[in-house]
Amino acid sequence: MPDRAEAPVAAFDGGAAEPGPMLPAPFVVSAKRQDTSDTWTLELRSRAGTPLEFAPGQFTMLSAFGAGEVPISISGGGGGEGEEGLLVHTVRAVGLATQAICEAPVGEALGVRGPFGRPWPVEEVEGADVVVVAGGIGLAPLRPAILALLARRERYGRLLLLYGGRSPEQLLYASDLERWAARGLEVAVTVDSAGPEWLGHVGVVPRLVHRAGFDPDGAVALLCGPEVMMRFTFSALVQAGVSGDRVYASMERNMQCGIGHCGHCQLGPTLVCRDGPVYRWSELEPWLAIREL
Amino acid sequence: MQTLDELIAGAPIFAGLAPEHLALIAGCASNARFDAGEYLFREGAPAERFFLIRHGAVSLEVDAPGRGALVIETLHQGDVAGWSWLFEPYRWELDARAREPAAVVAFDGLCLRGKCEVDHELGYQLMRRFAASLTERLQATRMQLLDVYGHAGSG
Amino acid sequence: MGQPDGHTVERDGLDELFAALRRRGYTVVGPTVRDRAIVYGEIGSCADLPIGWTDEQEGGHYRLRRREDEALFGYNVGPHSWKRYQLPPQVRLWRARRGDDGGLAEVEPEPARAPRYAFVGARSCELHAMGILDRVLLGGAHPDPADRARREDVFVVAVQCSQAASTCFCSSMGTGPTAESGFDIALTEVLEGPRHYFVLDVGSERGAEVLGELPHARAAKEERDAASAAHARAAAQMGRELDVTDIRDLLYRNYENPRWDEVAERCLACGNCTMVCPTCFCTSVEDVTDLAGEHVERHQRWDSCFTVDYSYIHGGSVRSTTRARYRQWMTHKLATWIDQFGSSGCVGCGRCITWCPVGIDITEEARAIRESDKTPATPTILGIDQARASTATGEGTDADA
Repeated sequence: MPDRAEAPVAAFDGGAAEPGPMLPAPFVVSAKRQDTSDTWTLELRSRAGTPLEFAPGQFTMLSAFGAGEVPISISGGGGGEGEEGLLVHTVRAVGLATQAICEAPVGEALGVRGPFGRPWPVEEVEGADVVVVAGGIGLAPLRPAILALLARRERYGRLLLLYGGRSPEQLLYASDLERWAARGLEVAVTVDSAGPEWLGHVGVVPRLVHRAGFDPDGAVALLCGPEVMMRFTFSALVQAGVSGDRVYASMERNMQCGIGHCGHCQLGPTLVCRDGPVYRWSELEPWLAIREL
Repeated sequence: MQTLDELIAGAPIFAGLAPEHLALIAGCASNARFDAGEYLFREGAPAERFFLIRHGAVSLEVDAPGRGALVIETLHQGDVAGWSWLFEPYRWELDARAREPAAVVAFDGLCLRGKCEVDHELGYQLMRRFAASLTERLQATRMQLLDVYGHAGSG
Repeated sequence: MGQPDGHTVERDGLDELFAALRRRGYTVVGPTVRDRAIVYGEIGSCADLPIGWTDEQEGGHYRLRRREDEALFGYNVGPHSWKRYQLPPQVRLWRARRGDDGGLAEVEPEPARAPRYAFVGARSCELHAMGILDRVLLGGAHPDPADRARREDVFVVAVQCSQAASTCFCSSMGTGPTAESGFDIALTEVLEGPRHYFVLDVGSERGAEVLGELPHARAAKEERDAASAAHARAAAQMGRELDVTDIRDLLYRNYENPRWDEVAERCLACGNCTMVCPTCFCTSVEDVTDLAGEHVERHQRWDSCFTVDYSYIHGGSVRSTTRARYRQWMTHKLATWIDQFGSSGCVGCGRCITWCPVGIDITEEARAIRESDKTPATPTILGIDQARASTATGEGTDADA
């Protein structure tokens, strides 16, 4: 029996051939803007012309040439909002890989793998009042969910966004917030601290929960932000009468493969890249209570 | 148009108080209004009043030399501004300023402290409620202190 | 176990096995003595096997000793496992050069050029381990074709254990000592006075074809009985035990058991256990560039949950203490693995006990936790939807057991 013939290997450029899940496809930066002192939003376009199809809440493994790869939630793309055919990522520069991504100029190609992960349950919660609670850059993974909710506005009750940031300069998507408010999203924004020019709320997000005055029966909450902020927000939601199995949160852990192989993203009995990043809070609760889980 | 008694009875911080206590409290209360930018109280001044916000927004501020007024927190309808009237040395520790025109119920702290000295049950009930409010505000303040959106703990 | 119509092959007929495998284009890997241990490597004939050697194993102790006979497979398991062929220690995933735009140009995937391997000498615990790793790597929603390629067409010659080491506890884990499936051919070595032969069971069609090329005979009843006796001997010698009754929930309710502090005082977080464990699968992915920054390669290499930065996010590690990391390893192996992948992660091979420099014994730790378990047994504290958490419905290969 002859040895298997070595098939000539074509270079993979993200085109029609089915790549393995560990091979990135080149996506070119077609536009970018700086949102805050350390956060940029990049619009990416597949060089092979195959737009990435994704569900709100999913993430990609994103890399700049030679600088390593990181999991970044998708914050826009697909249809609507003038983002057809694009993949939009809002990235905070906190380390080598994210710094390189944020520095990539228009025209440079980044590597994209994905999408991966469990999305926000936007269809499952039709009919409910939906309270979206975002902290800091946590608004980025929620943006596609908000767009999906607004795209079928008539299928939901009240839609609320409670959004908190460090300071007014650290808030994202200001023009989006205005447009969304006009489309039927009730928006409340707060910051941890501010100077005299800020005319909005000052205080933490859980206080917005207390003030929002929504009917807890049948309300659903979607949370994303620092873990501490999500825990405090969850307390406030529970105090307000929302049931723990109607609160969803997007979690984060060290990720290196995105496909459930490398083991880094374990969160108790789950893998965040596969069983998350969106979880039902009632599943997570006993695990979040364990220090250094 | 609600009466003072109705406003007091309906305020979250006075929820569950007996009617005779509500009456005692009402006896120390009056309506007040503040224009936008007007101070309700200033740091260092004697704390003899406190306020229940009916409409509008009030910011709690600290004036830092060279940095101007730093807003610690904003208060809104149903919130109570001021608890220093209840504890020695009875001096305000922050500025409170109306961010927009604010309608409030103002309570005479001296008057109410006197009534609490006489009626300890009233005192206990008020202390409980103010303690709960303080706890909630402390927890919120702690979260602000943690700077959860800062670099090492970003979302 | 096994078909009633087993066969026998004499000791000097076994070299034909290597020839038959080579004729089929297989690269034969199996046990051999190197650096005073029995490790896996390419072998050419029976002469390369650890003839007449046995291993003496205890917590933190491994020595080779000469046997009194010339058994080919008279040992248990060494520091290597077949994991190194399923999930190689270092793999290049792809390479690319910097494009004209300064970013990622074409990506050249690593060709699936793995040799066709024949594993000789795989033990029952190891067959189970391969099946467990298959569930992890191939049973998810995004299997990597490169992982699949490494598992296609592997010929497995299993060896049934006729003895057990003091560190073995496969019986407790339900993974041995006798393999029922997952092999093409299974051998039980029998030494009876001057006679040295193997009772051979066929596990697949191609195993039967290979058998056809070896000098063999139908096994007589006495020969089958000799094989069964060998299996029974191994089962009776099992050196250790691990009570797996309700082990998942036991560990789930003992995250704060003081025993973790105690073991943390001994554990060096060296990661040896994860290196030798046949099911530990953690890897890290890193980009490597040349000095000019013009070419990049992405590599995947073995990692260990015992390293400090394994769980690093945003300025700190989730598990910064040795206590947390040991707890993570053991709880994963025996408990959370079940929810993640539908089976235990432990096959009872005992390598972690032998190769721990301070002799930490997973069976002893499990016993200590069970004995000090003060929390009342409650229904599982999880709300995890079982159908969600374990996506593994066994897209395993022949080695799935």
